[in-house]
Amino acid sequence: MTGLAASGLAVRRGGRAILDDVAFEIAGGAFVALVGANGAGKSTLLSVLAGLLAPDAGEVSLGGTPLAAMDRRELARRRAYLPQNPRAEWPIATERLVALGMTPHLPAFGGLPGGWEPRLTDAIAAWDLKPQRMQPATTLSGGELARAMLARALIGEPQALIADEPISGLDPAHALDTMQRLQALAAQGKLVVAAMHDLTLAARHATHLMALRDGRVAAFGPTARTLTPDLIHAVFDVEARVTGKGARTVVDYLGLADRGR
Amino acid sequence: MKPVRALPAYVLPALAAAVLLAVAVASLFLGRVSLSPAELIAGLGSPQGSLAGLVVTELRLPRAVLAILVGAALGLSGAALQGLLRNPLADPGLLGVSNGAALGAVIAIYFGLQHAFPLSTPLLGLAGAMGAGALTFAFGRGGTLTLILAGAAVSSLMSAFLAMALNFAPSPYAAYEMSVWMLGSLSERSWDHIALAAPFILAGLAILATLGRVVDALALGEAQAESLGFRLDRVRVLALVGVGLAVGAATSVVGSVSFIGLAAPHLVRPFVGYQPSRTLLPSALLGAALLLLADIGTRVIPTNTELRLGVITALLGAPFFFWLVVRLRKVAP
Repeated sequence: MTGLAASGLAVRRGGRAILDDVAFEIAGGAFVALVGANGAGKSTLLSVLAGLLAPDAGEVSLGGTPLAAMDRRELARRRAYLPQNPRAEWPIATERLVALGMTPHLPAFGGLPGGWEPRLTDAIAAWDLKPQRMQPATTLSGGELARAMLARALIGEPQALIADEPISGLDPAHALDTMQRLQALAAQGKLVVAAMHDLTLAARHATHLMALRDGRVAAFGPTARTLTPDLIHAVFDVEARVTGKGARTVVDYLGLADRGR
Repeated sequence: MKPVRALPAYVLPALAAAVLLAVAVASLFLGRVSLSPAELIAGLGSPQGSLAGLVVTELRLPRAVLAILVGAALGLSGAALQGLLRNPLADPGLLGVSNGAALGAVIAIYFGLQHAFPLSTPLLGLAGAMGAGALTFAFGRGGTLTLILAGAAVSSLMSAFLAMALNFAPSPYAAYEMSVWMLGSLSERSWDHIALAAPFILAGLAILATLGRVVDALALGEAQAESLGFRLDRVRVLALVGVGLAVGAATSVVGSVSFIGLAAPHLVRPFVGYQPSRTLLPSALLGAALLLLADIGTRVIPTNTELRLGVITALLGAPFFFWLVVRLRKVAP
């Protein structure tokens, strides 16, 4: 069973608590939008959930197994992680970049085993990268690169995807496209946790919302129930109006809240 | 947009191996004493009997073997480091081991040990390389940038000691010997030198050859490479040990040779679609061929004083840098 559980997570840096007593359980099929002000600890939490950063206290488990007890390659096969603003460091072909997602499934030497080549072709097609297949990955546009990176992350069919601001810097069409794809992934039973700042898109596409404030979970639950003007006020110090329901939800920012109160 | 082109997987290694073989065979024929193919083959058949036999088995063959080992060490180390650091200017000397090796060898010359025991120069060179590598490791843990900075610090410390050794050289002749040694040469190297350096070089090459998958994954940056199951802290140690063994042993036997480790990966990269793992083997083969060519140059270019290997590679290296700049200006926006 796919499930991501955190208990008593704490990360401290130089006496300051970046994360403090974070605990939750997420089941497969959920698309969790992680929101919070800059510096609230979103990226740190995602790194800890991905098993890239060992917490100072607490534990994360995936499918019932603590990450600390899991083999690195096994973990790499079961969850994918995308950092903020990923970029290609060499002008390799886009298809080679996507194929890197298969690394944890491959032996230490040699090319792609025969069975993987069709999967690569399928992934290239599914993420609308056919025209860019042989293009140097360093020359892709922001939207193309975002799709290529998501294709890279998902080609190994992980159970969970952890993505840090996958729609930051994307134009509205590409942002919508990405959100729909993440939503579809969750609908297939996978678990998606993604940090983001666009509350309207989060409200429309994410099944769940988790809000962080100063390293603590301020709220976590189904999006429709969790995303309220009170929460936005408490987490961002912003007065907001939430109108509409489901796919028609709109979040309007009315102004900065009076911090003195 | 221009598509990425890459030769099929086995073409470039095969091509580079063929070039290396051709250059290696040519290197047996070329030198101060000219030998006909018939004399050469007869000499190989009966090493003790003839002058040709002695020239081939005791002079040219060890020279070619050593050139191949050292060139491969430099080429593969350069490719592995450039892949690991995602920096096309990374060079095998970056981690301080070459300067460490040079310092060890120069200390041997300083005390005149090589007159009593010829292998003392490479032996102390090896010790120097290992010491420098250990120092880089001690200070360089924690990240890629830390490793580079530690390497630069160790490198400059070693150069400071080198300058000091030259400054306080016991005699002008010793100072001359030191500076000439540092220019690098494959002449007067025997099978003993190979026996000493080969195990270290081969061990280093074997370690670096395992880094293919991780240098590929690093094309996605460090965070994603870690997320794909690699422990980068361990990978950095492996790379340091591999480069330390290979380049440390190579430098301690032939002296400082620039350019090969930096250039070989650049020459290979466009033909393999810029895939870091696929630059490794061809870079080793091409590095070996380049060093052999440079060594042939030291033999056939007629000069009164021996033209040193490091001088040729440096002379070739400078125009290569200009070419790199011009190409980069075309590629970069």
